Amino acid sequence: MVDRGTSTMRSAASSEMEPVASRELERLTRFRQGDDASRDAAFEGLFRIHQRAVHGWILRIVRNAPAAEDLTLETFWRIYRAHARFEPERGFEPWARRIATRAALDWLRAQKPEYAMSSEFFADLPSPSGEDPAVSAEIRRKTAQAFGRLRPGLRIAATLAVIEERPHKEVAEALGISVTAVKLRVFRALRLLRKDLQQQGITP
Amino acid sequence: MKEQEPRIRDQGSERLELLLRQALPHIEDDADLDRDLWPAMLRRLDERRKVHVPWFDWVLAGGLAALLAVFPAWIPVLLYYL
Repeated sequence: MVDRGTSTMRSAASSEMEPVASRELERLTRFRQGDDASRDAAFEGLFRIHQRAVHGWILRIVRNAPAAEDLTLETFWRIYRAHARFEPERGFEPWARRIATRAALDWLRAQKPEYAMSSEFFADLPSPSGEDPAVSAEIRRKTAQAFGRLRPGLRIAATLAVIEERPHKEVAEALGISVTAVKLRVFRALRLLRKDLQQQGITP
Repeated sequence: MKEQEPRIRDQGSERLELLLRQALPHIEDDADLDRDLWPAMLRRLDERRKVHVPWFDWVLAGGLAALLAVFPAWIPVLLYYL
């Protein structure tokens, strides 16, 4: 979950990398093993450092700003509860991303199928940059609707790998599956999407 | 420039992916969170901690209540040991 902000922060702090890394490890260890007060302090530090990255990850999956904020809190609550299972040597970000993806998946599964077709869904979408004038707004709308009808597991894989262009390895870690399984999910998602569009008379 | 991932593709995949990206454009970095969620997190922690009782505590309490209902004579014994 490396975003532009954290990358800049990392390069600026390169000369202090070792103390920063050791502080981070100490914080992670306190979060896992400390008493209640020291765990809470470590948790606050982790929350403040990682909240933007976790929120950004969730927003890209659910594409709904209020839900993304709520799911960020839910993710950190799950992280807080599961502190004893955390392995500091494996890093916080991949673990947080996995929990965030699970929370987002639960949310998508709980949505009614018509959510994807509601005006609320489209209201949250950014307007496309460099859009092809040959592709009408109607076709884009029908594509988004068809995509919304896919199973959440397929939709997440395709959203992250195709729309957000995240590396397959990162998507696989977040979903807790293999890279091959990610590729298969993307392939199946696109095949089902094409079939749905063809039934509506759209040939991509 | 993002590196292109090797994918399992069939005919027309690229066109479909392009259409999908136009229908659902990727979310820019500047769409990220613009406020600190820590106060909201604190409220949630307080709420959840208040209502969170482990399931085995409920089982113990239920078992004890059932036992005392069946053997009410044990109530003074229990109170003595409390």
